[in-house]
Amino acid sequence: MGAGQISYDVAHLIGATVLMAGLQLLYQRRLFAVINTFAFQALALAAAAGWQAHVQDAPHLYVTAGIALVFKAMIVPFALHWLIEKLGIHRSVETAMSIGWTMMAGVALVALSILLVLPVTANAAALTRESLALAMSVVLIGLLMMITRRNAVTQVVGFMALENGLILAAVSAKGMPLVVEISVAFSVLVAMTLFGIFFFRIRERFDTLDINDVETYRGDRQ
Amino acid sequence: MLIAASLAALVLLAVVGVVAGGREITHRLVHAGCAVASIALLIGGLTHLGAGPGGSPAIVLPLGLPWMAAHFRLDNLSALFMVVVDLAAAAASIYGIGYCRHLPQVRRVTPFFPLFLFGMNAVLLADDAFMFLVSWEFMSLASWLMVLSDHKSAENRHAAVIYLVMAAFGTFCLLTSFGLMAGAGGAYTFAAMRQAELAAVPAFLVVLMAVLGAGSKAGLVPLHVWLPLAHPAAPSHVSALMSGVMTKVALYGLIRILFDLHGEVPWEWGAALMVIGGVSAVLGVLYALFQDDLKRLLAYSTVENVGVAVIGLGLGIAFKDAGEPALAALALVGGLYHIVNHSIFKTLLFLAAGAVISATGERRLSGLGGLLNRMPWTGTAALIGAAAISALPPLNGFVSEWLILQALFKGPGLPHWAMKFGVPVVGAMLALAGALAATCFVRAYGIVFLGRPRSLAAAQADLHPTPASMRWTMAVLALLCILLGALPVTVTDALSAVVQPMTGMHFAVSADLGWPWLSPVSSTRGSYSGTMLVMVGTALFAIAVVLAHGLGTRRVRRADAWDCGHREDIPETQYTGQSFSQPLRRVFGGSVFLARETVEMPEPGERSPARLSVRMIDPVWVGLYDPIVRAINFIADRVNRMQFLTVRGYLLMMFSTLVFMLLVVAWRQQP
Repeated sequence: MGAGQISYDVAHLIGATVLMAGLQLLYQRRLFAVINTFAFQALALAAAAGWQAHVQDAPHLYVTAGIALVFKAMIVPFALHWLIEKLGIHRSVETAMSIGWTMMAGVALVALSILLVLPVTANAAALTRESLALAMSVVLIGLLMMITRRNAVTQVVGFMALENGLILAAVSAKGMPLVVEISVAFSVLVAMTLFGIFFFRIRERFDTLDINDVETYRGDRQ
Repeated sequence: MLIAASLAALVLLAVVGVVAGGREITHRLVHAGCAVASIALLIGGLTHLGAGPGGSPAIVLPLGLPWMAAHFRLDNLSALFMVVVDLAAAAASIYGIGYCRHLPQVRRVTPFFPLFLFGMNAVLLADDAFMFLVSWEFMSLASWLMVLSDHKSAENRHAAVIYLVMAAFGTFCLLTSFGLMAGAGGAYTFAAMRQAELAAVPAFLVVLMAVLGAGSKAGLVPLHVWLPLAHPAAPSHVSALMSGVMTKVALYGLIRILFDLHGEVPWEWGAALMVIGGVSAVLGVLYALFQDDLKRLLAYSTVENVGVAVIGLGLGIAFKDAGEPALAALALVGGLYHIVNHSIFKTLLFLAAGAVISATGERRLSGLGGLLNRMPWTGTAALIGAAAISALPPLNGFVSEWLILQALFKGPGLPHWAMKFGVPVVGAMLALAGALAATCFVRAYGIVFLGRPRSLAAAQADLHPTPASMRWTMAVLALLCILLGALPVTVTDALSAVVQPMTGMHFAVSADLGWPWLSPVSSTRGSYSGTMLVMVGTALFAIAVVLAHGLGTRRVRRADAWDCGHREDIPETQYTGQSFSQPLRRVFGGSVFLARETVEMPEPGERSPARLSVRMIDPVWVGLYDPIVRAINFIADRVNRMQFLTVRGYLLMMFSTLVFMLLVVAWRQQP
C-alpha cells in the first residue's frame, strides 16, 4: 500500500481531515463553534476508523468507529451544548495566547511530529508512518489547546481532542486489540462525567467557569 | 576465623544491647564483650602483620546484592588499620565499663557501640565497593545515633543534623568515585577495579570524589565543620573512637583508593593533598587554641593531626609519580606512623577528658584547674598524652612528625618547579602547626590540671574517684605512647612492609645505621634513636637524682612559696584559657578569624567591672557554607512557588517538557 493507491489516499485524506479539525479548534472564538468543530473531528475520526476497518479487513474496528460516532460525535457535543445552555455560561472563548501565535505553535508542533515520527518508523508501512505522524500532531495540538484556553469547557474539549489523536494512532496501527479503544472511550466518558460534576460544583460555589477566577479562592493565594 | 567470630559477636552484642537496653548490667556486659571482641580482632590484625607481606585469600559470602556476593579480604594495609582501630576500641570498651554508667544518655549508647565497632572493622575488611559503602554507612549511622544520645540539648541536635548532612555528602562522593571505577560493566569488586584502565576525565573525577568523600569524614578543611560539633557531643569514650579512629578509617578509604585501586595518581593531586593537609593542620590547631570547651579543643586538634598525616600521603603520591619509590615509602611510613600515634594519644586525651568531666561535670576550661593533685592518675596520663601530641621527644608524636619533615626536606629534589617551591612552604606550615600544637596543649594541660581550681566542682573532684577500669586504660595508653616513641625502628619496619605494595619497593628507614637508629635519608643527614634517647635520658636522670640526694645538703628550710605577685589566694587572679591564648589571638585572630576585641569600661564612679569581649568569625562558615545555605534557600523559595501554579501552569510545564524531550529525540535522529 503506497501513494497512488486508493486505500492509502483515502486514509491519508481522512487522517489529514482529523488534523485539520484539530487546528481548526485552535482558532474558534465561540464555545458552540468549538463544540461543533470537535464533533466534526470525531466524525472524521469515525470515518478514519471505518475506512481502516474496511481496508485492514478488521471488523472490530467498526465497533471503534461506532463508538466514536455515537459517543464523541453525538452524545458528548449534545451534552456540552446542554450544559452550556443550562448553566448559562458566557459563550466566548477567552484565550491565554493570541490566536495567531497559537496557530503558529500548532503548525510547529505538526512539523515536529513529522520530523520525529518519520525517521523513527523508517521500516514501517507508509500508511502507518503517515497516520502516526498525523495522530501525534493531533495529540500535541489537543495539549496546546488545553494550555492556551482559559475556559473550563475548552479545556475539556482539548482533552477529548487529545483522546481523538490517541484513537487515530490506535486504529491506523495494525493489530491493536479492541480493548484499548473501549478503555479509551470509557475514559473519555468518565472524564466527561467528572468534568460535568465539576462544572456544577464550580458554578454553585463561584458563579463562573473561568479558571483564573477559581484560583483566587484557594486559600494559598492572596 | 577469629576475626569472623569477633565480628559476629559484635553484632550479637548489639542485639543484646537493644533487647536488654536500660539496665546497668547490660551496659557493663556489652562493653566487656566489645573489649573481648576488639582484643581478638587486634590479635588477628597483629598476627597478620607479623606473618609478613601478602593478603589473605578473598572470602566470598552470599550476602548483599543478589547478583553480587559480599567479598572480604585482609591484607597488610587493612591489618594495620585493624590494629589501629581495635587497640583504641579495646581501650574505649574497657573504659566504657566504668564510665558514667548511671547516666541515662550513656545507656542509649549501649546498643550502638558494638555496631559502630562492627562497621569500622567491616570497612577495613571489605573487598568490594558495595560492602565497603554499606559498612561505611553502618559506621556513620551508628556514630550519628550516639551523637544524638544526649538529644535534649539543642546544641547536640544541631551537631547531629550537620553531621548527617556531611556524612550523606561524603558517602555520595565515595559512591560516585567507586561507580566511576567500576565503569559501565559494574565490576564492583576491588580486584576488578585494580585491573580497570580509566580514561583521563573519569580518573580525575575518581580522585576528586575520593578526596571529597573520605576527606569529609576525616575532617579535612574545609569539610571539617561537622567534626568539632559532633565529636564532643557523644559520650567521651565514643568521642575518643570517633576522633581517634573513625577519622583513620576515612584515611584508610583514601589510601585504599589512591594507592591501591586507582594506582596511578598524578603528582598534582599529591600537591593538592599537601596544601589541604597543611591548611588543615594550621587552621585546625588555631581553632583548637582559642577553644574554651575541652572536648571541642581535642576535636579541633584532630583536624590538625589528620592534616599532618595527609601531608605525608600527598608527599608520597608526589614522590611515587616522580619515580622515587624510596622517598615515597619514607613519606608514607611517616604518614602511617602519625596515624597510629594519633589514634593512641587522641584516644588517651579524650578518655582523660571524659574522666575530668565525670569527676567535675565541667567541660569549660574556665571552670577547671588544679586537678593534678585531685586526680593524679588522669593527670599523669594526660601529661604524657599532651607531651606526645605536642611532638616532644622521646614520645611517639615526635618520631612521626620528624619522619614527615625528613621526607619534606627531600621535596626540593622533585622535578616540578611548583613542588620545589611549594614543599618548603608546606614544611613551614607543618612546623608552625607543631609549635602551635605545643602551645595549645601547654594551655590545655596547664589550665585543667595545674594552678588552682576555678570552680567548686573542680575543687571537689576528689569526691568522685575515677573507676579502676578507666584509670588502667589511660595508664596502658600512656605507656604505649612511650613505647612507640622508644622503639621507633620496630614500628617503621612493620610499616615498611605495609607500604611496600603501595610503592613497589621495600624500604627500611633504619637501613644505614641499623637498630636502633632511624636514618631515613643517609647516615650523615639526619638520624634519630628514641631508644638511645630514653636510655641516656633515664641514665642522666638517675645520675642527677643520685647527685642531688648524695651531695645536696639534708637541712630542711621552710619558707613561703613565691606567690607570683598575687598577695591574695583568689583563683581568679590566675591565667585563664582566654588570657593564655590572647597573644596568639592578636597575631592570627585578626587576619584568620576576623577577631574583634571590645572593652567596656564602666563610667568613673561606677563600681561594676570592666568587660572584655571577643568576637570571632569562622572563615569557613562565612566563606563557604553560608553562601551554600543561602543558595539552597533561594532555590527552595523559587521551587516552592511551583506548588501554587494554576492547572494550566502545570499542563504547560508538562507540555513544554514533552516538547523539549521530543525535540531532543528529533535532534538526535538527524543523520
